[in-house]
Amino acid sequence: MIENLFKFIVFPGFIFSSTMGLLAGWFDRKITARLQWRVGPPWYQNFMDIAKLFLKETLMPRGASKAIFFSMPIFAIAGATLASTIILAINQAPESTFVGDLIVVVYLMIIPALALMLGGFASGNPLASLGGSREMKLMLSYELPFLLALVVPIARANYSIQLGSIITYQASHGPIFFSVSGVLSFVVMLFCIQAKLGLTPFDMAEAETEIVSGPYIDYSGKALAMLKIAKAILTFALPVLLITLYFGGIKFTVNGVLIGILQYVLILLLMVVIKNTNPRVRIDQAVRFFWRIPTVLAILAVVLVYLKF
Amino acid sequence: MGIKEKILTKSLNVFHLSSGSCNNCDIEIIDCLTPRYDIERFGMVLVGSIKHADVLLCTGSSNRLAIPIIKELYEQMPKPGFVVAFGSCGASRGLFKDSYNTGKPIDEIIPVDMYIPGCPPRPEAIIAGLVKLIGKLTAKPSLRGR
Repeated sequence: MIENLFKFIVFPGFIFSSTMGLLAGWFDRKITARLQWRVGPPWYQNFMDIAKLFLKETLMPRGASKAIFFSMPIFAIAGATLASTIILAINQAPESTFVGDLIVVVYLMIIPALALMLGGFASGNPLASLGGSREMKLMLSYELPFLLALVVPIARANYSIQLGSIITYQASHGPIFFSVSGVLSFVVMLFCIQAKLGLTPFDMAEAETEIVSGPYIDYSGKALAMLKIAKAILTFALPVLLITLYFGGIKFTVNGVLIGILQYVLILLLMVVIKNTNPRVRIDQAVRFFWRIPTVLAILAVVLVYLKF
Repeated sequence: MGIKEKILTKSLNVFHLSSGSCNNCDIEIIDCLTPRYDIERFGMVLVGSIKHADVLLCTGSSNRLAIPIIKELYEQMPKPGFVVAFGSCGASRGLFKDSYNTGKPIDEIIPVDMYIPGCPPRPEAIIAGLVKLIGKLTAKPSLRGR
């Protein structure tokens, strides 16, 4: 019990994941700045942002439904933390896996988006409702290719829906990424993660310049800080999930951790470069894109994995 | 200098309100985000929602229609928050002092912490003004709940 609480709160749970996530957020901002020939913020900038939000007043908009508005950031942070904890704890000890943990992680990762959506609707702001409805449509569009692409590592690891057995399979047979179906489903996953994190080609739900941050618009102070931490944890957890599924996970030795950090930074860099070189698409374009190209690619990958490519 | 002020001044999120300006000040604010001046170095970013902001940057001559909006936005800003009157019009209504539709300057509507004069102020002047705002905040013994 105490050990599980330690795992959830300190390592690899809340404190560790949020620290890494905020550092990843700084990396995102710094690379964006360098790509635009700017200097960019110092490394502690995101920590300062969160600390500042905890010092500020938390306002409740008139006409908002108070219980939902203030409970949703807690749900978001809890879901993201639990997902991150499960992924990292199983990376640390693959034998601690349980049946269906991959499905649990996938569902837990939906919770932050769902919470953000409901919080936006509860605030009663028309722009937040617009952002929430866009978030919902975006979820409908990216979940289909995401789940289809997830079939590839599962089928490779002898139809096992356990993260631990996917890791042990890759330890003996080499990473899933080094096969045609692996590459295809990795590319699909990358698009879906871009949408899950709300990075630029698919950030129409929280478009700063268009609907002034969408569901976030009426959040302030501590509630906003919690939503930001939840997003930071997801920024950390989703690339780690990709590493786990396609590159054999992170081994907790010196070399293993260094290779894991390298892989994580490369995936994050790829995402940031995609973010900076693409304009925001409309929601209908996003739905059309996800249901055509990544879905077809994912189906192709599933067929290929069936033919043992 | 307390830790609170230090944290607050390291991460000032700026909300930009145009209370009837000629759009010239607004263009100069965007200049501060460009590679040459880059105020994100100091942790300052422009935010879209007043609920995320620490600084209300008020440009323009505060005409009659804008006065209730300025008041409402000041009340919606989570405290501690600060107000910067931007440009000659923001500081004193400038050219439009005797106009029929500019009733009061901004500092008679809401408490103003810092003035950045100029028509429009150069980006250097904006950065100098924001640095002075940081200096003023950190010199305060406490933030007085504002």
